[in-house]
Amino acid sequence: MQTVITGRVWKYGDDVNTDVIFPGKYTYSISNPQEMALHALEDLDPDFARNVRPGDIIVAGRNFGCGSSREQAVTCLKAAGVAAIVAKSFARIYFRNCINQGLAIVQCDAADSVESGEELTVDFAAGTVTTPRGEHRFPSLSPEVMDILEAGGLIPYVQKKLQIGQKGDAPAPAA
Amino acid sequence: MGFTFAQKVLARKAGLDQVVPGQIVTVRPDRLLTHDNTAAIAREFAKIGVQRLADPAMSVIILDHVVPAASETYAREHQETRRFASAQGITAFYELGEGICHQVLPEKGHVWPGALIVGSDSHTTTHGAFGAFAVGIGRTEAAAVMATGEIWLRVPESLRIVVNGALPPRVSAKDVILRIIGDLGADGADYRSVEFDGQTVRDMSIAGRMVLCNMAAEMGAKNGVVLPDDKTRQWLAGRLPLPLGEGEEIYPDADAAYERVIEYDVTALAPQVARPHRVDNVVEVTAVAGTRIDQALIGTCTNGRLEDLEAAAEILRGHHIAPGVRLLVLPASREVLLAALHAGLIADLVSAGATLLNPGCGPCLGAHQGCMAPGEVTISTANRNFKGRMGCKEAEIYLASPATVAASALTGMITDPRAI
Ligand code: SF4
Repeated sequence: MQTVITGRVWKYGDDVNTDVIFPGKYTYSISNPQEMALHALEDLDPDFARNVRPGDIIVAGRNFGCGSSREQAVTCLKAAGVAAIVAKSFARIYFRNCINQGLAIVQCDAADSVESGEELTVDFAAGTVTTPRGEHRFPSLSPEVMDILEAGGLIPYVQKKLQIGQKGDAPAPAA
Repeated sequence: MGFTFAQKVLARKAGLDQVVPGQIVTVRPDRLLTHDNTAAIAREFAKIGVQRLADPAMSVIILDHVVPAASETYAREHQETRRFASAQGITAFYELGEGICHQVLPEKGHVWPGALIVGSDSHTTTHGAFGAFAVGIGRTEAAAVMATGEIWLRVPESLRIVVNGALPPRVSAKDVILRIIGDLGADGADYRSVEFDGQTVRDMSIAGRMVLCNMAAEMGAKNGVVLPDDKTRQWLAGRLPLPLGEGEEIYPDADAAYERVIEYDVTALAPQVARPHRVDNVVEVTAVAGTRIDQALIGTCTNGRLEDLEAAAEILRGHHIAPGVRLLVLPASREVLLAALHAGLIADLVSAGATLLNPGCGPCLGAHQGCMAPGEVTISTANRNFKGRMGCKEAEIYLASPATVAASALTGMITDPRAI
């Protein structure tokens, strides 16, 4: 995981739900991440998918990612090249999905001091977000959660864990 | 200081004497619920590189979201799911037609008090109605649970919501939970465990308690729970494969530490409606009465149970819905459909002009049946009214109880069921 990320901001409000991030009508019909990216935020901001560039950062208000557990709502943003999501708070399944996909998330009030199109810098080591009008501190994630992020997501994390297990007490495969 | 329900379940499942809010524990779920998304989860599982599920008896698969398949793409996903279930020796596989996963899971004996249930669906919270600790998870972590048999969970802080007072006629559990969400907001219970209690909740049927726990997800709750009692035991009798062991039911301590205790008196509660496009945009029905509707929907994992169909039939029996209105009725499960057939409710509803759909999620997620066109308005008993939820972002969805939806179908506009 990169420790410092600087990127261009796309700013949204409170309660951005997973239906507007990735519409339900596509949930079982599109499975290619690049194709998912073309529909990212479609029902909230049609400009986003057209103009997003790798390394851009989403900044939002409270309860980002509320609603359905659909993980495509994370996958589509990651595939679109979003480097981090900085929100005042996250809905819990969305929070987990981001960690599990290895997408960096930051909980702080940066939305109060930055506008769309401006630049923002996240320093994970220092725990700060810097915007043109201020600096915001954010709490560090728990060590268990950091382990998953640092492994690059849950799948590499589980792979690592199971291999360690295989030397000694691997979970017995079901017959 | 004593412990909350969440603390007690998670401590027991983690094999610890006690746990505190904020602590991360690794636990072994009793059941892992997946639905049409099983095919996608199976592909994630394959990426991990493990050949066999850690515990096939943990997995329950129910095809319900887009059933019967709406296109070849969906049919292929279903096919992949069937093959995965059979190759992995998952015996708890339920074919399409059985009903919505959150109805079928308890009906088939996969939910019990004190159980830890994880499901790759946000409304897995529903199963708290039986005194289980039930939480929604994502697809990748469902795959990881398949591979390892384990999951990490954060021990949540708890809210206690105490509801007292007798519900007025034609006011039901749906109105109670809409009012609560309207007050607390869409993130009012974020990451929290919500314990529902009080005389009104004790007096509610299991179906009503399922409505509360189902919609706890709409205020961001990790789980919702109603503590088990004789009603729970009676409902589950004959469904569980084994009788419930001594001490399996879990109750919070009387001196448990809650972040907040919120009290309601519902003696004078009016029917409630959530306006587009937010579930917490809640008003009394009188504030939106007269709004023209195109479609009315009775069903989903929130309100597709027998008592919901009864409430609708009670209003519609012997009448006909308004010209120009479509009324879609979809029982939550085959069991509910059969009971409604035997009770004559289906005949009542269909005679009144309803279109009967098969048990399943149907129009709820906008993927097939009952999609809306731009400018149209639906009043629905579902749990979400987000923009685009029913397939069209220029359409509007109002959420209400089965009684309010039935009354609205009758007149063609949003209608106070107490006035019918
Ligand atoms: S009925 Fe609707 S809310 Fe319930 S599980 Fe199905 S799609 Fe989800």
